[in-house]
Amino acid sequence: MPKAQALTTPAVSTKLLATAAGFTGIMLLLAYLVAFDQGALSQSGMYLHELMHDGRHLLGVPCH
Amino acid sequence: MPLTTPGYPQLLLRGLLAGLIAGLLAATFAYLAGEPHIDAAIAIEEAGAPEGDALVSRDVQSGPGLFLATGLYGIALGGILATAYTVLRRRLHTGSDTTAALGLAAAALTGIVLVPYLKYPPNPPAVGDPATIDQRTAAYLAAVALGLVAVWAAALAARTQTHPWARATAAAAAFGVVVTIAYTLLPTFDEVPADFPATLLWDFRISSLGTQTILWTTLGLGYAGLLARLAHRTETPVTLP
Repeated sequence: MPKAQALTTPAVSTKLLATAAGFTGIMLLLAYLVAFDQGALSQSGMYLHELMHDGRHLLGVPCH
Repeated sequence: MPLTTPGYPQLLLRGLLAGLIAGLLAATFAYLAGEPHIDAAIAIEEAGAPEGDALVSRDVQSGPGLFLATGLYGIALGGILATAYTVLRRRLHTGSDTTAALGLAAAALTGIVLVPYLKYPPNPPAVGDPATIDQRTAAYLAAVALGLVAVWAAALAARTQTHPWARATAAAAAFGVVVTIAYTLLPTFDEVPADFPATLLWDFRISSLGTQTILWTTLGLGYAGLLARLAHRTETPVTLP
């Protein structure tokens, strides 16, 4: 059995924080697309909203 | 023995992958355990007010649509977990990457799922007044934010103490105070129709809780597992000339 070996994570610099914040923003947009968007972000009318209807209900997001 | 330090991209990719796996597993559970309740609720809705032709058919909503939504949601949450791990790892006082990853996932499950869920349990179709959807959405997001504040307050409170018992007590007290204040201040919505079957409502809510719990549990375990593999791989053997 291999022994548990801890990884060293990168030092938290301003540059890392800026990149992390930017990527978190993109991930939040993706979550918004699934959970709340009604066409404004997807530009697909209500198609994506309706497509992901059941997922929204079961992921606990207020739907309608 | 010096280890290669993985960069943010390496840590992030593993989070996205763990998120995709978690989302697909949660979707499988949701399909098997949750869809029958959604179908039953829609049957009640249609009996009251038939909607006519839908933009997306039920078969597509309950199959590919469900997997797409849950998969994308899992990827987004996996990216956020990996980012939190990258930024916070050095501040989590544990020598174990597994403990750190599982601890963050458990904190997220508590703050993002359990705290909002118990204040605003999710509703199946046919429950909820469309006129209040904006207020309910805002209140739900506020509950998520306050759930994360409660978890954060618990972690900060634990750090003010040294003895394990005192740490646990301080954490529990801080969490309890924040959640109590949050639940008191957040508005209440009373919108379940009087004739909606209570058992169906309960079953739907349990299947939703199961879906979200499986998503976060798999995400935490998957991410911890991928990190352990990465650590094992970067463990460069000492080669003698």
